[in-house]
Amino acid sequence: SSWHKGYSLNTPRARAAPPTGDSVLFEDTSSAAPAMNSQGYYTPGYNMGEPSNDMQGGGGVNNLFTDPMANAAMMYGSSLANQGKDMVNKEISRFMSVNKLKYFFAVDTRYVLKKLMILMFPYTHRDWEVRYHRDTPLTPRQDVNAPDLYIPTMAFITYILLAGMALGIQKRFSPEVLGLCASTALVWVIIEVLVMLLSLYLLTVHSDLSTFDLVAYSGYKYVGMIFTVLCGLLFGSDGYFVALAWSSCALMFFIIRSLKMKILPSLSSDSMGMGSSAKPQLRLYITVASALFQPIIIYWLTSHLVR
Amino acid sequence: MALNMAFTLYSLIQTAILCTNAIAVLHEERFLSKIGWGVDQGVGGFGDDPGVKAQILNLIRSVRTVMRVPLIIVNSACIVLLLLFG
Repeated sequence: SSWHKGYSLNTPRARAAPPTGDSVLFEDTSSAAPAMNSQGYYTPGYNMGEPSNDMQGGGGVNNLFTDPMANAAMMYGSSLANQGKDMVNKEISRFMSVNKLKYFFAVDTRYVLKKLMILMFPYTHRDWEVRYHRDTPLTPRQDVNAPDLYIPTMAFITYILLAGMALGIQKRFSPEVLGLCASTALVWVIIEVLVMLLSLYLLTVHSDLSTFDLVAYSGYKYVGMIFTVLCGLLFGSDGYFVALAWSSCALMFFIIRSLKMKILPSLSSDSMGMGSSAKPQLRLYITVASALFQPIIIYWLTSHLVR
Repeated sequence: MALNMAFTLYSLIQTAILCTNAIAVLHEERFLSKIGWGVDQGVGGFGDDPGVKAQILNLIRSVRTVMRVPLIIVNSACIVLLLLFG
């Protein structure tokens, strides 16, 4: 019948099982179920494919609301989901304050573009100070030097997708390898943040670098990695090494200039006249070591993608 | 993957447990005092900058104090799981 033809044209991708065509033959529950499946997403296709049988489609949709059991199940499910959501919110807010996290995601397009340009070409940027407003740092929307977590998160996800694509080009792709690549990169970020926290604690550097700041600065290397992998895929091995050198230098410059403001003591203050002279040296070593770590890890995580 | 150091989150947890265990077993009397890292030898200056050695000793002592009971629990769980599932 024409109803069947229209149905098969429009729902090859539908998640609803084929038996919807035979809903007249099934019991009430199964005619309610396919209506629920196709309700949110595929309803337009579902309706378009059955012009001559809107009684059936209408009957299927009406069954959802008149069937008391499905109704009750849906309401119970939504109240359960709300309870779960409240509980999760309460537990998460015990570990990290969501407000602090919101600060890192308050970005806009202008900030993202400027920051990406600074990450790739930091040599012309003049003023590296993070501006404050009555003791609270300005949001990334107002200050281009403020660290954010939007760029690192997006860059991380893009890197994973790019890695999958590069592995696919080399015909070495499989979902497990992709998961392995993602968790390896994540573990390196965690290790780097922990080492930085440990060294900052040992040297009693009283800076206002929070954990999220360190995660942000550590995540900026993914932008360099994406650029390097892209050049490696497009231009071969030569392009890979040129892009690696370029993004390494840019990233090292960026990290040193950004962290210098926060870690190293300001040279103009004469507070610690007799302070141990080893301190500024050690702080400088930490900054330089963290900067030198970036090209190493970029090479380590991307060389296998560009043979 | 060509990487021979392909990490998973599970290996990170293993590393963390092993490192914490290593710090927690440093015995105060038998070992640390002998090499000059006892609790009384750490607090040098009372200025506002304790110095690297004092911070390390502080860290070791606090790990020993804070993580003693959780480490017992975590180690027991690890032993049972490794015995059961290899």
